[in-house]
Amino acid sequence: MKSITATTRNALSVACAIALVLVAGCAPNAGSDGTIRITGSDTMVNLAQAWAEAYQGEKPDVSCQVRGGGSGVGIAALIGGKVDIAPASRRMSEEEMKQAEEKTGKRPKEIIVGSDALAIYVHKNSPLDAISIEELAGVYGEGGKIEKWQQLGVDDPACPSGEIIRVSRQNNSGTYVYFRDAVLGKEGQYKQGTTALSGSSDVVDLVGNTPCAMGYSGMGYFDAAKVKMLKVGKKKGDAAVAPTLETALDGSYPIARPLYIYTLGEPTGATAEFIDWILSLQGQQIVKDVGYVPREIPPTDSKAADSKPGEQTPAEKSASEDQPKT
Amino acid sequence: MATITGNLNERPARARRGYSSLHRLGELAIESLIRLCGWSAILFVFGIFFFVFREGAPMLFGGLDLVKFFTSTDWNPVSKTPSYGILGLLAGTASVTVLSMALAVPLGLGAAVFVSEFCSPKIKEALKIAIEMLAAIPSIVWGFIAYMMLNPLIIWVTGAPVGLNVLNASIILALMSVPVIVSVGEDALKAVPDSYREAALALGASRWEIVYRVLFPAAKNGLLAAVLLGIGRAIGETMAVLMATGNANQIPTSPLDRVQTLTATIAAELGEAVQGDDHYRVLFVIGILLFVIAFVVNLSADLIVRGIRGKQNA
Repeated sequence: MKSITATTRNALSVACAIALVLVAGCAPNAGSDGTIRITGSDTMVNLAQAWAEAYQGEKPDVSCQVRGGGSGVGIAALIGGKVDIAPASRRMSEEEMKQAEEKTGKRPKEIIVGSDALAIYVHKNSPLDAISIEELAGVYGEGGKIEKWQQLGVDDPACPSGEIIRVSRQNNSGTYVYFRDAVLGKEGQYKQGTTALSGSSDVVDLVGNTPCAMGYSGMGYFDAAKVKMLKVGKKKGDAAVAPTLETALDGSYPIARPLYIYTLGEPTGATAEFIDWILSLQGQQIVKDVGYVPREIPPTDSKAADSKPGEQTPAEKSASEDQPKT
Repeated sequence: MATITGNLNERPARARRGYSSLHRLGELAIESLIRLCGWSAILFVFGIFFFVFREGAPMLFGGLDLVKFFTSTDWNPVSKTPSYGILGLLAGTASVTVLSMALAVPLGLGAAVFVSEFCSPKIKEALKIAIEMLAAIPSIVWGFIAYMMLNPLIIWVTGAPVGLNVLNASIILALMSVPVIVSVGEDALKAVPDSYREAALALGASRWEIVYRVLFPAAKNGLLAAVLLGIGRAIGETMAVLMATGNANQIPTSPLDRVQTLTATIAAELGEAVQGDDHYRVLFVIGILLFVIAFVVNLSADLIVRGIRGKQNA
């Protein structure tokens, strides 16, 4: 019996080794055969997937390979020259730009493809409706004093312990970095004992299953059957604003952020066409359909659609000003 | 089997006729191939250790404050002022391992005793197949079970706010290490000579007394080795615990607290870390640590097993 287990184990490790070799062998030349490799932000993975599917309908000869993992994963892959497009829900740091330049000889190009009102999720039956950035920092930030729902002024019978279960993302997530910089401040750290999940949808799932939990994730993952989005104000007592298309665009929602894609140098060939299409009316409509905010709200009248790509909308401007450089 | 013996019997006849140089060459080639297969296992282990060590070494010997590394719970690798303290992660791994063994050892040893001593040959076969099936379930599937089934169950039973915690991960890890404990434990019990059982029976011992007073002491080392291998399984497991622990870096004070383990940290963070980065290297230092832990556990299991063999031969 022992020998059987040993053989199985050996066979497995051989299979693993072969699989690794295959994967490693395929990766470097995947871009040349009309496949656009996209890896990055988990916030944007469903958006990228929707783009890829729609684009496949337009151009059947171009296929896109979409992977999530987190903005950090995508940026690391871009620095390694392993992907064509890296979607990111945070800005690439100057250090990362330099690393990419050193390794590949090309400076990454940043393109804003839309924006996201980073939503604060609670269980759908939670009595809480609004929260301020200050309170969020008290809940999530190291040294913050808010541990119980009562401190936020609500008492939820579904959560008898009253403890706030903080749900966050793992530290290669762009959302993790954005939330830390925008809510916890420049020197802010997350509290110990904060649950770190690997996916945007995992956050919504867990919060939807857990009356005591609070989490943050892209507004594109909202599911009314599970969770609700809190209104967010800057300070306690300030008017809180619900995350919507309009409030993200006009900058009144305090934690709206631009969504980026990065390429190595100027995009060329199939990748460039794909990006042009993303910025076109069709690509931007998909941004809206998935639940994010397009660069500007696609007008119902198609005449008004020919704005120049590259111009920032007010939300993007304010978001990129707010965002400290990492 | 018959054909093999046949071939073996043929060999001396051929040898008498004398080898052609071609024969000898073939023999030599196959022999060295088989030898290579044997050595390759050792080669791979050292190769892996070398690679992990090479990636971690620059950080291990330069820059990493080892005291802080082992005594601080601040794990903030992507902060502007990064801190690498793994005390919380160590506590996570330790708590999950200890509790899972508390569940798996009685269950596994009980099953080993039943399979080896009490059940009929038919049930024994069925049980062994079932236990092997348990060992064959991929860890990611265990993760799903933890997330989808155990999570709500634990909330319902204990009233904990979240069912992803030490208890959940321990139950899953216990189920994953039971097959190891059962199969190695059963081997150990089988190795106890029947004369022991017969002597005990002759003295009028009940079945339970035979197990408790005779078999356990006689098979002590083998059973301990079974437990240690189970521990090794529990410490090294990654995907299932990543999904089951709630992944929150803190020192747990109750089984319903969420924790983060060493392995899960590597799995969740290595993808992002840029090669050559401090964060990347620290993850490899954790890899070295896990390697050392696994080495110590396996080595002690091995020494203990050797201890039994030595005694039996004496």
